[in-house]
Amino acid sequence: MMSPLESDIRVSDNRGKRLGFGLGNYLICFYGIVFREALRFLNQRERFISSLVRPLLWLFVFAAGFRQVLGVSIIPPYKTYVLYEVYITPGLCGMILLFSGMQSSLSMVYDREMGSMRTLLVSPFPRWFLLVSKLLAGVAVSILQVYVFLAVAWFWGVKPPAIGYLFILPALFLAGVMLCSLGMLLSSLIKQLENFAGVMNFVIFPMYFASSALYPLWRIQEASPLLHKICLANPFTYAVELVRFALYGQVDWRSLVVVVGCSLLFLGGAIFAYDPSKGLLSRRRDGGGNS
Amino acid sequence: MQHVKADKAMVPPGALEVSAVSHAYDRKPVLSDVSFRIAAGQFTVLLGLNGAGKTTLFSLICHLFDVRQGVIRIFGHDIVRQSKQALGRLGIVFQARTLDLDLSIYENLAYHASLHGIGRSAAKERIGAMLAQVGMHDRLHDKVRALSGGQMRRVEIVRALLHRPPLLLLDEATVGLDIQSRGEILATIRTLVATEGMSVLWATHLIDEVDANDHVVLLHHGRLLADGPVSDLVAVTGAEDIGQAFAVLTQSASQAQEVGR
Repeated sequence: MMSPLESDIRVSDNRGKRLGFGLGNYLICFYGIVFREALRFLNQRERFISSLVRPLLWLFVFAAGFRQVLGVSIIPPYKTYVLYEVYITPGLCGMILLFSGMQSSLSMVYDREMGSMRTLLVSPFPRWFLLVSKLLAGVAVSILQVYVFLAVAWFWGVKPPAIGYLFILPALFLAGVMLCSLGMLLSSLIKQLENFAGVMNFVIFPMYFASSALYPLWRIQEASPLLHKICLANPFTYAVELVRFALYGQVDWRSLVVVVGCSLLFLGGAIFAYDPSKGLLSRRRDGGGNS
Repeated sequence: MQHVKADKAMVPPGALEVSAVSHAYDRKPVLSDVSFRIAAGQFTVLLGLNGAGKTTLFSLICHLFDVRQGVIRIFGHDIVRQSKQALGRLGIVFQARTLDLDLSIYENLAYHASLHGIGRSAAKERIGAMLAQVGMHDRLHDKVRALSGGQMRRVEIVRALLHRPPLLLLDEATVGLDIQSRGEILATIRTLVATEGMSVLWATHLIDEVDANDHVVLLHHGRLLADGPVSDLVAVTGAEDIGQAFAVLTQSASQAQEVGR
């Protein structure tokens, strides 16, 4: 008896066919990558919950505790004295984007170790297109998380103007692209999944704490001029400020320029690193087929 | 000169042409001046011990790494300069499992189809038909995590064939499988060659997967030791079978290397 595997799988020969991809094919590919990322996210409910629990804990516990100590005086974009919860909310949005960006870096290292990254990289579509699609998929997932967080924060009394929820979308997109690009660049440098703890200690925490996410820059300057300089050199500060101003229907042009510039820099670096002719991966040897 | 050009024009491009390819990791050479050709519709065994450089060669053929020295062409398309044309004609089964364990079989295959620009309805049709042919149509929505090693390999083969490539690469595709699954997978691939005229490069270190009628490319410590039909290799070495021929060739190459040091 013929086993199922011995039956003939019909394969058309496309030797002579020209493989020209039109816009439709690119959209199919993009949709496929975004859809897979969304499926992975939905399948990992713990990831979704933990991505929300972290900022909510900061909002409910940390911010509530510091409310009496750290009221924030009138600084742009706020037109009145604001509660600490209100001040910290854009920073927590940034926190979600930061962790999500690094999570996507973790997932790329995981994909590389498990091999599924290779199925992406051997697609006939241009490498830059595949990486940008993967990056945008990660950004879309993180923006979704931010909106869920903002909805919960609304019930906690953090109520920015309604227009802010619309204005914040491009700001979240740009900040998300910057942080996911950084994550992608880091993923090309990390050799093993175990090394991701280093990213937590040397990238995520310093970026988060040495920024305007938790305290206004003028307060940091009063406390430590050196820390203030570090905060000013930290691109995450500008991501937070971009989101903060957008939430109140305004544009912080300096932050916009820095975030766009850093996005281009990090994304260019990531595409370079994953380019087989230039990048770092081809100089690395992993036995047994892991690349 | 013109004569050479005319000759070249008459020779149809091979399914896979590897010409003078060398590669190194951190200046440590792993492939040295490797050249061979697979004709269209040919089943070729890439034979070599662990560490021979088979996986590196695979990574170069599917453009995970750039070819810095030498040229690799797939149906005449340079993998570096015409990677879209070349990769579109290539189906790959990697040594390590590359399916997403948390997604279903359908989701994994649909994802692969999208990476080749195949629309949802066409993908659905192909996936259904091809899974039916490997007897797994009833597992369409099962999570990959729930499959056995042999079933995962079948799904990976279906995935590699989904975009209908004329050249299939399989890197140690039967490693970790039981004898029955190994036999079934090898039989499937040989059937594809016989009935569909598919070209296959089958990398293995297992001698018993080599058939008397196969074409063999023998790699050892990154160097090409032999390239030809099994019968030729056996005759040249004066061995009784391919296993013996393999032992003779690799031992003499190792001895030559020792002397060279």
